[in-house]
Amino acid sequence: MSQSYNRGLIEDFGRWREFSAGMWAWIFHKFTGWVLVGYLFTHIAVLSTAIPASSQDAAVLAANEDIYTTTIVALESLLVVRILEVGLLAVAVFHILNGLRLLFVDLGIGLESQDKSFYASLILTGAITVASVPTFIAGAF
Amino acid sequence: MSTQPPQQEHEESPADSVDETESTPPAQQRREDAKADKRGRDAQRQAEDDAAAKRDEPTRHIKVFRYDPEIEGKQEPRFDDFHVPFTKGMTVLDALIYARDEYDPSLTFRHSCRQAVCGSDAFFVNGEQRLGCQTQLSDLNEPVRIEPLPHQEVVKDLVVDMDHFYEEMEAVDPYFDPDETPDGELAEQRQSRANREKIKMSTRCIWCGACFSSCNIAAGDNQYLGPAALNKAYRFAMDEREGEAKTQDRLETIEQEHGVWRCQTQFSCTNVCPKDIPLTEHIQELKREAVKKNLKFW
Ligand code: HEM
Ligand code: SF4
Ligand code: FES
Repeated sequence: MSQSYNRGLIEDFGRWREFSAGMWAWIFHKFTGWVLVGYLFTHIAVLSTAIPASSQDAAVLAANEDIYTTTIVALESLLVVRILEVGLLAVAVFHILNGLRLLFVDLGIGLESQDKSFYASLILTGAITVASVPTFIAGAF
Repeated sequence: MSTQPPQQEHEESPADSVDETESTPPAQQRREDAKADKRGRDAQRQAEDDAAAKRDEPTRHIKVFRYDPEIEGKQEPRFDDFHVPFTKGMTVLDALIYARDEYDPSLTFRHSCRQAVCGSDAFFVNGEQRLGCQTQLSDLNEPVRIEPLPHQEVVKDLVVDMDHFYEEMEAVDPYFDPDETPDGELAEQRQSRANREKIKMSTRCIWCGACFSSCNIAAGDNQYLGPAALNKAYRFAMDEREGEAKTQDRLETIEQEHGVWRCQTQFSCTNVCPKDIPLTEHIQELKREAVKKNLKFW
């Protein structure tokens, strides 16, 4: 079969337009899962700035000028960070909702409506994300 | 002739061919001539049908994947266009048969039963694995793109190499294997109604390979048993007439590294199975059985 022709993209993501609900759910779940892992490490890095802050003067702490507070305040004053936070919420909400869907799939419950539950996860994620925008963006401008 | 509707044209064709046989040169004439003649007629027919298509007569446009490593000029894959006269109830397979018989006898594809029983004509039609004989042309958008199954090696045109799929099927012992048989030589091995109902859908597999081709895990892991083989394993593991030992055996086969745990519940197989077998459901149930077998808290 060494002569056989390799159809390349025909067999891979070149077909993305033809993916069905379950396939998209899988791709989004992988993607959001790894984004969350990435966030976890960034989060730990930011939190670690609290370690030197703990040994700073009481006066500095009281004035909110310790390294931890200044880092957080600096980050939160950036518009990109606010937008990224909305994105993080979207990613987390989708991962949780679709994660619940996958748990039902693992239990063999409602497999006939697996596509509908995926669409429901998407719509709910969208709604929650939109509703969160005022909270996240408040005071960023 | 070109002014007549395709249906009549089709009915007339036997008469045409009689004429042509009469005008064919004597038998000693080289076969090449006959072939060239046939090619000429094919081209003419194709041209007529193309013209019919332009005049809005009922034809359907199919685009068929062509590839043949042994023929120069076909080593680079391409799509061929055919305009096939449409008749009510026409399937993708009917269209291919028409294109082969009337336009291009080298067009190669497998088919046999034409009624979704033999499993030999699974193709990739408009981006989905389907049986040619079970898919109505009227349900598809034009042009209808017909390709060989993805993730299998193409031998020629729409023919793919099924060996790997069959190997995975064989790997799960796809046959009934009870520990003990009834005493009487001709005694039946009865099954309860409920048990029959449980495995009913899983018995319907026709080994077409559509599910295997649709599964992107099977594409990435050459050793993954795949949906059809796992469904086979389910069919026998759930059959109460097989003994405890054999059932345990089967569970060991499906819980190995390239077994059920590779399944990521993408539902691609379930979506394409022409026999509507709930493949993902069966694989998930096997996963739970495998867990129950290994975790014994009770
Ligand atoms: C309530 C919260 C969560 C739920 C319900 C949940 C649920 C799940 C489930 C069920 C899976 C398995 C997917 C499968 O069967 O293929 C999964 C995968 C995954 N989760 Fe979560 N998860 C949650 C939170 C998180 C968090 C906070 C992280 C990151 C720190 C995370 C990272 C991942 C990753 C990377 C995967 C992919 C694993 C793979 O490669 O398949 N998840 N999640
Ligand atoms: S399970 Fe369905 S799709 Fe897979 S080989 Fe059997 S009949 Fe074909
Ligand atoms: S020709 Fe037998 S299944 Fe289609």
